[in-house]
Amino acid sequence: MTKMTMVQALNLALRQEMEKDDSIVLLGEDVGRDGGVFRVTEGLADQFGEQRVVDTPLAESGIVGMSIGMAAYGLKPVCEIQFSGFSYHNFHQIENHAARLRWRSQGRYPVSMVLRAPYGGGVRALEHHSESREAYWAHTPGLKMVIPSGPRNARALMVSAIRDPDPVIFYEAKALYRAFREEVPDEEETLPIGRPQVVREGGGLTMIAYGAMLRPTLEAADVLREQDGVEAEVIDLLTLSPLDEGPLVQSVQKTGRAVIVHEAPRSFGPGAEIVSRIMEKAFYFLQAPLERVAGFDVVIPLFAREKSYLPGLERIVAAARRTLKN
Amino acid sequence: MPRTPLALATSIDSLSILDETGQLDAGLEPDISGEMLLKLYRAMLLGRRFDERLLDLQRQGRIGTFPPVKGQEAAQIGAVSHLRSDDWFVPSFRETAAELWRGRSLESVIICNNGFSEGARGLQGHNDLPVSVPVGSQVLHAVGLGWAASYRKTDEIVMTFFGDGATSEGDFHEGMNFGAVFQAPVVFVCQNNQWAISTPLFRQTRSATLAQKAVAYGMPGIRVDGNDILAVWSAAKEAADRARAGDGPTFIECLTYRVMMHTTADDPKRYRTDAEVEVWRQRDPLPRFQRYLLGKGVLSGAEQKELEEEVLQQIQAAVENAEKQMQSMGDPLEMFDHFYAELPPSLAAQKEELARELASGGEVRS
Repeated sequence: MTKMTMVQALNLALRQEMEKDDSIVLLGEDVGRDGGVFRVTEGLADQFGEQRVVDTPLAESGIVGMSIGMAAYGLKPVCEIQFSGFSYHNFHQIENHAARLRWRSQGRYPVSMVLRAPYGGGVRALEHHSESREAYWAHTPGLKMVIPSGPRNARALMVSAIRDPDPVIFYEAKALYRAFREEVPDEEETLPIGRPQVVREGGGLTMIAYGAMLRPTLEAADVLREQDGVEAEVIDLLTLSPLDEGPLVQSVQKTGRAVIVHEAPRSFGPGAEIVSRIMEKAFYFLQAPLERVAGFDVVIPLFAREKSYLPGLERIVAAARRTLKN
Repeated sequence: MPRTPLALATSIDSLSILDETGQLDAGLEPDISGEMLLKLYRAMLLGRRFDERLLDLQRQGRIGTFPPVKGQEAAQIGAVSHLRSDDWFVPSFRETAAELWRGRSLESVIICNNGFSEGARGLQGHNDLPVSVPVGSQVLHAVGLGWAASYRKTDEIVMTFFGDGATSEGDFHEGMNFGAVFQAPVVFVCQNNQWAISTPLFRQTRSATLAQKAVAYGMPGIRVDGNDILAVWSAAKEAADRARAGDGPTFIECLTYRVMMHTTADDPKRYRTDAEVEVWRQRDPLPRFQRYLLGKGVLSGAEQKELEEEVLQQIQAAVENAEKQMQSMGDPLEMFDHFYAELPPSLAAQKEELARELASGGEVRS
């Protein structure tokens, strides 16, 4: 066990997998010599050489399109899009090809690749550097959409993503990159993709979050325990797509109440799908209207105002209390 | 600080060996065996006759919309014939003649054009990507394949096809740029058929040629008479040899013409004149090559007739076979196949939902 940040944990996952499997190749802007602008790939070019940690020209569609060709050949590309806000340039390569080539070729060409991208607000960045648009990928058939919430699960999920036979979009909350350290085992650890985790048990209400929103949600659960005497059950989604509603439904059948938290804009956001699944499978257990605490339907404001946009402790607690009133 | 002209590599060759009147530049005539010449001719003939038959089938309502190839057979066969079976072929959507050369079955084309994804099963065993419809997007896949082939230290090469319209797409630019930066073993073949549906070449680019774009990317480029299979063959051989030797990519502009509609859903009379099309009909690559072979004594009149007959029989057999195969296709539940290595539970539930609906005869039950 070593205490490390999420950046270090991701680096560990990449390094250990690359040591085992020479079909894994990293590519992207500034991932080699520079080690990535967030240093996730630091030291990997030195260890594995420029042939396996490839600095590309500055073109996101190019990076992803090239990765698709590499995957069709049988390599396992892990590409980095420097900020998720620039991934719209490569949207069509993911939607039209990464997500479909297996299907279009009737199984002949699986696209086993990982697209890594930092997402989300909270780091006082420029426009295009703070957004949370995971719903685009979660909406696309053929993809898997994974968002870890801390160093240990980031490492384990990255290992699983690299080994996954399907294309995985892996969003890394940049607000979490260096926010805290966790014990991460030195030996190999994986987590199954497509399985949410109950990270705190309780019977009072269900709180569902992922990525950077897990921490304020857990803090809200503390407040509810201390001030309201309510034990919240907190679920960390970890995978948005394919979404396994099982644990969510089970929890709501027990609690009758749920709050869903995400920083993505509210309308047509991940919360809308989660609410639907709960409605479909746990409607008669509900004691109160489901609540969504989400970003507003605007572009995340420039950083002077971003705190007012991002769901925070107070907003989450208030939503929980509304559901508890009924 | 004077203002002086920069020394740029601005010279691009144009290559024509066998012109539309049958004139041969003997000095440039490639050394191709009689056997290979016949193979090339047969592939062009098959591409042509199959295309004509597909059009009939479409007009009879026996297949759906498809993009005709007619007039572009030389550009396709002259280039693709340099690939080994372990090389990689990355087509757009108008390369049926080249796909057949690579071993795709006629049946699979008919099956695809009838809306069955099963048609793609024809790809099994070949290092060929399936048809790519979003224009220009496949160019990048070719670069990734080529990069991977080099990474694995093979001498496999990649050939990708696209049209003049694709050269306006960002992915074309990114593909050419990445290909050159990484010196990937890729042959970029542009079939400049001068029309992207209704948009003529001059509305795609102010560039005098497409070939000259190679200069800016730092790779060799050449423009060839795309209706002259000897010219295409020669240029593609140079490019394929270069890629295989590890000397990087090449861009080939094959100047040709789309004598038919964009797809069978298109009416070219809305945007171009018959007179223009007629000029290009006179430059048809097939009779041109046929005259060359007859003149050279590689093919006799009687053999030509036999070949025609053989090709028509092959097509007829394929149509019958495909129509027979399609009778047992179309299980709706197969729409869920191949999206993931393993069907995720939420998708399995949707498949189950459809299965129940089908089992109930489509009736909605509560």
